[in-house]
Amino acid sequence: MEDIKTFLVNKVLLFESDTLPPETEKKLQQVRREKPDNPVIYISSGTSSMIAGSEKTCAAIKEHIDENGLAADFVKVGCTGPSNFEPLVCIHLPGKNKLFFRNITEEKVEPLLNGVFHNDLSEEDIAGQTGTKGFELWPGIPFMDELPFFINQKRIILGNCGCYDPESIEEYIARGGYRAYAKAIRHYTFEEVCDIVERSGLRGRSGGGYLTGLKWKHALNTSANARYLICNAKESDPGAFTDRTILESDPHRLLEGIAIASYAIGAANAIIFMRSGSDHAKNRLQNAIDRAREYGLFGHNIFSSGYNLDIVIRIEPGAFVCGEETALINTLEGKRGMPRLKPPYPTSSGLFGKPTVINNVETLMNVPVIMQNGPEWFRTIGTENSPGTKVFAIAGKGRMSGVIEVEMGTPVRKIIDGIADGIREGKEFKAVQLGGASGSFLTKENLDIKIDYEALREKGIGMGAGGFVIIDENTCMVDLVRYYMEFIRNESCGKCIPCREGTGRMLEILDSVIRKPQNEESGTTLERFKGVMQLETIASVMRDASLCGLGQTAPNPFISALSNFRDEFEEHIFDRKCQANICRGLRSFSIDVDKCTGCTACAAKCPVNAIYGTRLQPFFIVEEKCIGCGVCYDICKFSAINVK
Amino acid sequence: MSVHVPQTGKMGTDFDTILKKYKQGKREDLIPMLQEIQELTGYLSEEAIVKVGSYLGLSTTKIYGLATFYDRFRFFPAGKIQIQVCNGTSCYLNGSQSIINKIKEETGVQSGYTTRDGNFSYEIVSCMGGCNNGPLICMNGEYHIHVKASQLPELLKKLKYIIEND
Repeated sequence: MEDIKTFLVNKVLLFESDTLPPETEKKLQQVRREKPDNPVIYISSGTSSMIAGSEKTCAAIKEHIDENGLAADFVKVGCTGPSNFEPLVCIHLPGKNKLFFRNITEEKVEPLLNGVFHNDLSEEDIAGQTGTKGFELWPGIPFMDELPFFINQKRIILGNCGCYDPESIEEYIARGGYRAYAKAIRHYTFEEVCDIVERSGLRGRSGGGYLTGLKWKHALNTSANARYLICNAKESDPGAFTDRTILESDPHRLLEGIAIASYAIGAANAIIFMRSGSDHAKNRLQNAIDRAREYGLFGHNIFSSGYNLDIVIRIEPGAFVCGEETALINTLEGKRGMPRLKPPYPTSSGLFGKPTVINNVETLMNVPVIMQNGPEWFRTIGTENSPGTKVFAIAGKGRMSGVIEVEMGTPVRKIIDGIADGIREGKEFKAVQLGGASGSFLTKENLDIKIDYEALREKGIGMGAGGFVIIDENTCMVDLVRYYMEFIRNESCGKCIPCREGTGRMLEILDSVIRKPQNEESGTTLERFKGVMQLETIASVMRDASLCGLGQTAPNPFISALSNFRDEFEEHIFDRKCQANICRGLRSFSIDVDKCTGCTACAAKCPVNAIYGTRLQPFFIVEEKCIGCGVCYDICKFSAINVK
Repeated sequence: MSVHVPQTGKMGTDFDTILKKYKQGKREDLIPMLQEIQELTGYLSEEAIVKVGSYLGLSTTKIYGLATFYDRFRFFPAGKIQIQVCNGTSCYLNGSQSIINKIKEETGVQSGYTTRDGNFSYEIVSCMGGCNNGPLICMNGEYHIHVKASQLPELLKKLKYIIEND
């Protein structure tokens, strides 16, 4: 192991020219397993694969290899992208193209491996093949990169995800990793690195879209005896899992990005602030840091350049608002994670009062690519004002889901129809929600809008951190807005009144909208209407007067849902009806007299005694008494209860 | 269905080893310290908080004030089986609310609390990353996908039986 380390450090990382000599390349090819002598079996091992059962598949594959004495290598790689193909297994036979198999659960391992090694493939498991020149094609099998899921993407920063073993730094270096970093600290000054990134036009990927290079320069030009770089990997939006996938699949590129960024601002300390509850990602990242330290990439006087860097991981103790940069700084200082007033901005006075740059994972992932290929190359991708790509986590009701990367300027329609492959079960598309709990909805009419900071801002939509939730016709918008509002209400830190009280009041009013009046005498109906009339005012006050982004953007789902789906709100308010049958409080139940056997099960369980009847005769529900809880619906064995 | 029941009861643990790691004992060490203690013992006991307070020179009220702000800290032991229910947007659209209601009904406790017999505790998390497999729950690290509310009573009963007869 020792000699490969010295080889990689001396012959690759510290090699002066950009093009490596052929014998080095040949050796690197081996490390990359490009032309294996033995069959190689790859399995994806991210969280989404683990949820789908990849651990058991792994064990089964290992057992199969041992039992049959196969001379095959077995490698755990990161996540390739399509979540609904998990567990995704890839088999590379010597001299042939790589073959991908989808949904390989434990019990499918045996027939699959037997089939592959005896040339008897079962068609239904195959996802596709990939390969380069010089390999034998598998006839009649589609290429992975021609599948609609991949052909509409431009995978630059996710390029390595799913291709290499994230626990092996050797493979990352063999793929060209850490060379940009080694070059930067040995040949460029701080300002030059800032300059390159500024010229590339890279913008912060977390919503604001501020020029990254400019931000770095602010921090660099503030005189101080210490500076900090914080990588914000705390995504806890409901329905966002891009950062976690990146951390699990390509931790080394993130570390390289962090290291270059730290160098650019002259920071000797970098902190990765991670969300809690993703131990798998944390372990991989910690392992990556340890390995990189062994290689002398971090530490004291790195590659004799005189530059010192230390990277530590800090786990967030559980508060959504910590994703806001000033709140994050408070948490790191050991205080309550409450936002501070800005200015001063963190770039002039951040962590411990020192200049601090906070970038998110996706932004930092772009940095090594820019340093490798140059700012001019980066500018050729994407649109004029928003160069580069954008990563999204597609979730919800699309046929495909997973982490994807598209070029800036891609119309939203292409993501939905192309990559996500339309809506599951042939349902009708209703909306797509960008940007998590504080994002906005895009409806059918707006799908031609392009993914671009300015184009989205014109429509009053923030880019968001990467949530992309597809919603179908069976979803009630009022209920969804209420769900987001409840989330924000729970996560509001309580420092400023517009957010703390506003979210609570809005939730109360929305709650009254999705409920039938229980007691008319106490004036609930009047209160409800008063509330409904105030909703828009509360929303606008919150947007204008809240201290931080959490409160300012909290009413976004409501505002955009109200402007796009006003009729749905009115239906709930005036007719007390929910067309999608989601709002429990507004459902009304009736008993189908033909199906009811009079078993009394529902009448016994009804919490308000709203079901009457005689044993062995059809029962009936008194609508005025019914609270719409649905207990009878769940308990009926004869599906005799209808929902309206 | 099998489930891994962890060995609990590391009571009376010496916190000093954790405290000693943070030689300088600064305010910014507070959160990592509490996190490590919680990882070791499962929760933050009164004893632990008093010890951390005297080590860092902070009043215990300040530490409580901080720890209660963050929802990952626990002040009583977790259940033998810890259930995490995903309530991300995707799981919500697929019906996680009925799962949460059912678990609440079956265990009789609120999210973040432990049942009186110490068997179960559950919490609602915002996204576990298995969006196409929702609704999703995780029991002591084992994922259950496409969960239906109607399966839960039997599952919990079975698990309870396993715990009590182990």
